[in-house]
Amino acid sequence: MNYGQLDNDKLLELRAIVADHRHLLSSPADRHSYSYDASYGTFLPDLVVQPVSAAEIAGIMKWANRHRIPVYPRGQASNLSGGSLPVYGGVVLDLTRMNDKLEIVPEDLIAVVSPGVLTAHIHRAAAAYGLMYPPDPSSAAISTIGGNLAENSGGPRGLKYGVTKDYVIGLEIVTPQGEIVRTGGRTVKNVTGYDLTRLIVGSEGTLGIITEATLRLIPKPPAAATLMAVFDDLVHAGQAITRILTSGILPSKLEIMDQESIRAVESYRPGGLPVDAEAILLIEVDGHPAAVADEIRQAGEFCRRYGARSVHIPEDAAAAEKYWQIRKYVSPAIARIKPTKISEDATVPRSQIPAMFAKLKAIREKYRIHLVVFGHAGDGNLHPNILCDERDADEMKRVAAAVREIFAAAVELGGTLSGEHGIGLMKAPFMEMELGEAGLDLMRRIKAAWDPNHILNPGKIFPEPGQKWVLERA
Amino acid sequence: MLQAVREKTAACVQCGYCLPSCPTYRVTGQETHSPRGRIHLVKMAAEGRLPTAAIADPLDLCLACRACETACPSGVEYGQIHAAARRAIAAAPEPPLARGVRRLIFRSILPYPRRLSLIANGLWAYQKSGIRRLVRRWKLLDKLPGQLGQWEQILPDLPAPHRRRLPDHVSDKGGRKTPRPSAPAEPAMPDGPGKVGLFHGCIMEVLYHRVNRLSMELLARCGYEVHLLAGQTCCGALHAHNGDDDLAVRLAKRNIEAAERAGVDWIVGNAGGCGAHMPESPALFAGDPAWQARAQAFADKVRDISQLLWEAKRPQAKTLPVAVTYQPSCHLAHVQKVTDAPRKLIQSIPGIRYREIPHPELCCGSAGVYNLLHFDTAMQIVALKTANLRDMQVSYVVTSNPGCQLQMQMGIRREGLSSSIRVVHLVELLAEAWGIDVPS
Repeated sequence: MNYGQLDNDKLLELRAIVADHRHLLSSPADRHSYSYDASYGTFLPDLVVQPVSAAEIAGIMKWANRHRIPVYPRGQASNLSGGSLPVYGGVVLDLTRMNDKLEIVPEDLIAVVSPGVLTAHIHRAAAAYGLMYPPDPSSAAISTIGGNLAENSGGPRGLKYGVTKDYVIGLEIVTPQGEIVRTGGRTVKNVTGYDLTRLIVGSEGTLGIITEATLRLIPKPPAAATLMAVFDDLVHAGQAITRILTSGILPSKLEIMDQESIRAVESYRPGGLPVDAEAILLIEVDGHPAAVADEIRQAGEFCRRYGARSVHIPEDAAAAEKYWQIRKYVSPAIARIKPTKISEDATVPRSQIPAMFAKLKAIREKYRIHLVVFGHAGDGNLHPNILCDERDADEMKRVAAAVREIFAAAVELGGTLSGEHGIGLMKAPFMEMELGEAGLDLMRRIKAAWDPNHILNPGKIFPEPGQKWVLERA
Repeated sequence: MLQAVREKTAACVQCGYCLPSCPTYRVTGQETHSPRGRIHLVKMAAEGRLPTAAIADPLDLCLACRACETACPSGVEYGQIHAAARRAIAAAPEPPLARGVRRLIFRSILPYPRRLSLIANGLWAYQKSGIRRLVRRWKLLDKLPGQLGQWEQILPDLPAPHRRRLPDHVSDKGGRKTPRPSAPAEPAMPDGPGKVGLFHGCIMEVLYHRVNRLSMELLARCGYEVHLLAGQTCCGALHAHNGDDDLAVRLAKRNIEAAERAGVDWIVGNAGGCGAHMPESPALFAGDPAWQARAQAFADKVRDISQLLWEAKRPQAKTLPVAVTYQPSCHLAHVQKVTDAPRKLIQSIPGIRYREIPHPELCCGSAGVYNLLHFDTAMQIVALKTANLRDMQVSYVVTSNPGCQLQMQMGIRREGLSSSIRVVHLVELLAEAWGIDVPS
């Protein structure tokens, strides 16, 4: 791809479009500070722009399209797939200043939000009306809703409540050519024309820049209960999951931690976790208080019947919070093992979870890598995490081969490369493995129709000819 | 120079969990001024991909409040990364005014108790004679740089030179304490809670002499045997944070020697900043095992006054029917990890209505001499705090560090709340409740 160079004349033009010149950042320190996200690899942008309105973004996109300057939308860059990295230089569009609108309309059960609003702030605002915005990625305290929409983020509640795409009914976007377009609306039912809303959500910032979203809210369930079950055998834990999910109970969360993650948490925050156990299941049910009490008891019963060594049901919400804290500690705990953390989210049909665990175990042994597995077992969305050191060339070679095999294993079992992190830069080279040639080509044609000059977030989702995979660059 | 912390920057997985905890990220909205950004910049400089001078501004604008360390799930040692970067930057040229101000304050004033005392005398004379009135009437201070006029207005009234002395029952010779003239509420126990040496600080002793006096009274009232650490000097925190390691080492040695001479069980501080730096002093003596061991013994004895008071048997407090909030010192909360004791002490006073300030973990913008060098940013940061105070309807803001006390005072004045809210040190609030006063 041939892109234009940012020279003085083009900068002068841009300064006429962006009203507040303090929102144009170009010092070396600024450029380096926008060269990364929470994944792997760094790419230096030429300029960072912090727009404040859709109209300003429209101006920027027309300018960029005219001069063939690549533009990369970005929230707070907590993404794990490299979706916001400026791989071809150009302009990083930091949308965090667009955080002024967070309107809850309780009568319509909706929220209208600006892209820079933090997901946790939406949770809080909805809760004030007794409502809930269900998607809850673990990064909710720092992730922007714009980023969640672009990546179609999930989270533990996906099992019962679905993911981000299930709660978006309307968008305002700026297209790569600088038009401002509204999709969907404020009603749950809406069949007028193509469902562009669904196309944009999860498009990873390659089709348009989201400047406002209308989100669906639901009444907050009045009660919840939690249990923790400890298993000596991972396969038994898998069988218990299947039994619970076919019994008529739909937990709001169903999380699994393998032995490596149990051990990592125990050494990070010692609290008497069973380090000899092969798996821990954490289950939450929510709904009417009477139903909740009955369901959590039944779920505990199933765990015991399938060989759980012990089942703990905390007395109150505060005690339950302590159990969930254990799950939240997994990520930080394993990050201390080694400096480089490669976080995958290969997802398989629920019934294949035990098979996937077996394959992961074989991969760990074959490549002698530090592989930890935990995740949202209820919806088949596992998080195999590899802890390594990017400065160790030999280790990185083994890691790259292992990641390749993890993707292949997930697809073989009828699953997908990514359940919730997105493809971004990290998984682009594997798209054809899952979609096939024709499937990938259809997506490429959609991209070309929206963005004929390929200026919006280039280098993402689609493998470029000769593109080297990030893990194999070194 | 930065090679040593290259490894520490690698511990950052760039998850971004630190972002909301960073005051400068909140007011600038720029990743460049966030912990994640700064760590990355130090890494780039360490790898030679950026010149050290290019990272000076972002590292300079950091308050070093270390709230990011509390927020960090991966245990990144930001304080050490920041200090190393400041050392590297100190070797590079910087704007003459900032360098001049820092050098004057850090090198020529803070380490010298007698000079500090002279300044205190001067300020006292200025406040008590008619000069202050004239200066204010003629608005002379508005003509000075660095917003000195605004600071002058919020300085506490200083005690007269002849009043700045030790309580009668406290020894400054390291010997035994003489009995208190007025009978203590609790007689000093033969195997009492311990022998403590008060670390009185440098600025603290000038501006908040009264807080130091009250601290000794409170400790004595709780049964501690109180000594002043004779020969002590500035803790050296500001020097270490600004890359002046040589002087930081010299100051640390003098304080360690003072504590060894006094032979105390605890070294107690009432300024969060000093209390956080002193336990970290062993790091200054890398490569010098003998001094490192002495520094470690010293570090293990450092406690904040709130911890010692909370653990001791305290006198009966009288009822104070007021609404109070607490603005923690960052270094007390994020470095010393002392968060409960001050709050519990406040709530132990009968009649107090305690209200938690929103985002207590967020720095007030004081940060050593930060509010002098980065006045505008510091005022934006304190405004985040004071904006909440109006709705909270409190009449006291309790602090645990002299810098925070001045800064909150400034913020409250700028918010127009001076007439309804008093800013006090925790020690002053407790003294009021315990019916203790010192002549001023």
